[in-house]
Amino acid sequence: MKKKLSILLIAIVGCAVAVSAQGRRGLRINEVMVQNDSNYVDDYGLHQAWIELYNSTYAPMEISSVYLSNDPAQPKKYPVPLGDVNTEIPPRQHVVFWADGEPNKGTFHLNFKLTPGKDNWIGIYDANGVTLIDSITIPASLAPNSSYARLRDGEGSGVEAWSIRDGSDEAYITPSSNNRIIDTNSKVEMFAETDGHGFGLTLMAMCIVFSALLLLSLSFYAISRIGARISTRNKARSQGIETKLMPREERPNHDSGEEIAAIVMALHDHLNAHDKESTILTINKVRKSYSPWSSKIYGLRELPHR
Amino acid sequence: MSLNEFMATNFQQFWELTGFANATWQHLVMLVVGLFFLWLAIKKNFEPMLLVPIGFGILIGNIPFNGAAGLEVGIYEEGSVLNILYNGVSAGWYPPLIFLGIGAMTDFSALIANPKLMLVGAAAQFGIFGAYMVALALGFAPDQAGAIAIIGGADGPTAIFLSSKLAPNLMGAIAVSAYSYMALVPLIQPPIMRLLTTKHERVIKMKPARAVSQNEKIIFPIVGLLLTCFVVPSGIPLLGMLFFGNLLRECGVTNRLAKTASNALTDIVTILLGMTVGASTQASEFLTLDTIFIFALGFMAFIIASASGVLFVKIFNLFLPASKKLNPLIGNAGVSAVPMSARISNNLGLEYDPSNYLLMHAMGPNVAGVIGSAVAAGVLLGFLA
Repeated sequence: MKKKLSILLIAIVGCAVAVSAQGRRGLRINEVMVQNDSNYVDDYGLHQAWIELYNSTYAPMEISSVYLSNDPAQPKKYPVPLGDVNTEIPPRQHVVFWADGEPNKGTFHLNFKLTPGKDNWIGIYDANGVTLIDSITIPASLAPNSSYARLRDGEGSGVEAWSIRDGSDEAYITPSSNNRIIDTNSKVEMFAETDGHGFGLTLMAMCIVFSALLLLSLSFYAISRIGARISTRNKARSQGIETKLMPREERPNHDSGEEIAAIVMALHDHLNAHDKESTILTINKVRKSYSPWSSKIYGLRELPHR
Repeated sequence: MSLNEFMATNFQQFWELTGFANATWQHLVMLVVGLFFLWLAIKKNFEPMLLVPIGFGILIGNIPFNGAAGLEVGIYEEGSVLNILYNGVSAGWYPPLIFLGIGAMTDFSALIANPKLMLVGAAAQFGIFGAYMVALALGFAPDQAGAIAIIGGADGPTAIFLSSKLAPNLMGAIAVSAYSYMALVPLIQPPIMRLLTTKHERVIKMKPARAVSQNEKIIFPIVGLLLTCFVVPSGIPLLGMLFFGNLLRECGVTNRLAKTASNALTDIVTILLGMTVGASTQASEFLTLDTIFIFALGFMAFIIASASGVLFVKIFNLFLPASKKLNPLIGNAGVSAVPMSARISNNLGLEYDPSNYLLMHAMGPNVAGVIGSAVAAGVLLGFLA
């Protein structure tokens, strides 16, 4: 009983850890604009500082009840409200919060502002208000209408994973959109450029296919050897002799399918040896089942009685 | 408006909705193709389980209609019934379900008893990559070439799965090509096998396979999944379902699930898959020069795959002791096409020696081919997606 309970406990803990690992830990601060004079406008047509969050997982993420803050001493500064369907971020997608200090305007308007000309720390905390999911310090040097964005959406840590974007062709600003716009399949282009004849891919792919099946083959060779050794040992034990003393032909790994088939056939013949054919009589009781649905009295319309 | 005018206008409108008014010669060609598939399946008994749904699907998909009328009946029209059924193909979830059934139906004993036969299944995958190189030479982009080349794996679900990811626009032609050649395996493979083997090689008798314990059968899907998917995680949908189905079969405590997976579920998905793949071959999408190239490349891939399997066994024999030589006639079975290609090995073996039954030996490379083609698909997906 104790053993079963401990297995159950381990399974529950394992599941909990797995669920937690796949939860809101994948939420990332992706792009921030501190001073917005002429950039993206909110639902009210106003230019406000904004913070873009990114769901870096491959599953939808519900972010209600996580906290956003601009002060590490107050981790529970802005709780993302419950009950808004828009707080579910689709996989690998974004949501923009407005740092305008006007939470009454709606779910995505924060109760704090960002301060231009100063370092701005931003953090996201999990629903417990303790676990820091992600944080970033926006440098004071960030110019008006420039954003501070990750080079690749949701990836990397530290300042080297971020860059300042001024809205030029090389450094475009992308609120509520991917920071890195992918217009081609780089893998396909690389293969087209460097492996135009396909020899490289063929060689690599055949090596991988052979390795996978060779690995499987070797594993089963090893498993069958171990299995045979265990069977031999068990057989020797049942006969009360040492494994080494057991004759080779009596070892179980020498049993072939054909030998087993021959034994089964012999047993079948032996057990069914008889002069006469079997005389088993089977009587099936035939009964017509009644159902009102198939009854004629309900199926035919009765003429009215006079 | 008089009654006559009223009736004439409405009849005119009705006429414009009918297939007769919208038919083009391309539709008629595709209808003939569909009828040809049905004839092959019903009269010639070529893979009827596949060709009847596909053939009838071609008829369904090529009935001309006026798309502008907004009838929502076409397979490519968002929200139509056929479009909903087609989601299993376009989103790629029918093939893994078929693999679940294949796993639940397949006895891997022959492979477990003689693990070196797995390498024959690997060698036959050269057909895929040979076709890939030729497709590149014909001007296809690498991702399209990869999708076309998978026809050489002789595995319909794998071909559909990969083409839905790499080249959805070519999926109809790839799927029909893959299934057509699988049906034609009895015609394609024997000449290649005869050409590449000597009379002496064809009568090699292989050592009977040892008995495989139940424990080994249970361990196989678990170890198989872990090893192959650790090497090629992109193969998880196909390999995961294949080995899961096999575990249901072998573990001995889920007989009901194994029975459902291998019978009812597989039948349902086969019907839907075959019919929707057939219906996806709408004339406008299907009758192109690319389709002709795809059919030619598919044929070539089958030939390369069969030949490389046979040649690999011959080379392998050089390193094996005389008592453990393999009959090269089992090499063709390395191209999946379970169990047709194994049956061909057996029939050809019996032709040259009526006491030489190769079926169980050929089943080893045959099921290894299924695993090999799923691994190859995973590799292509990993490299090109």
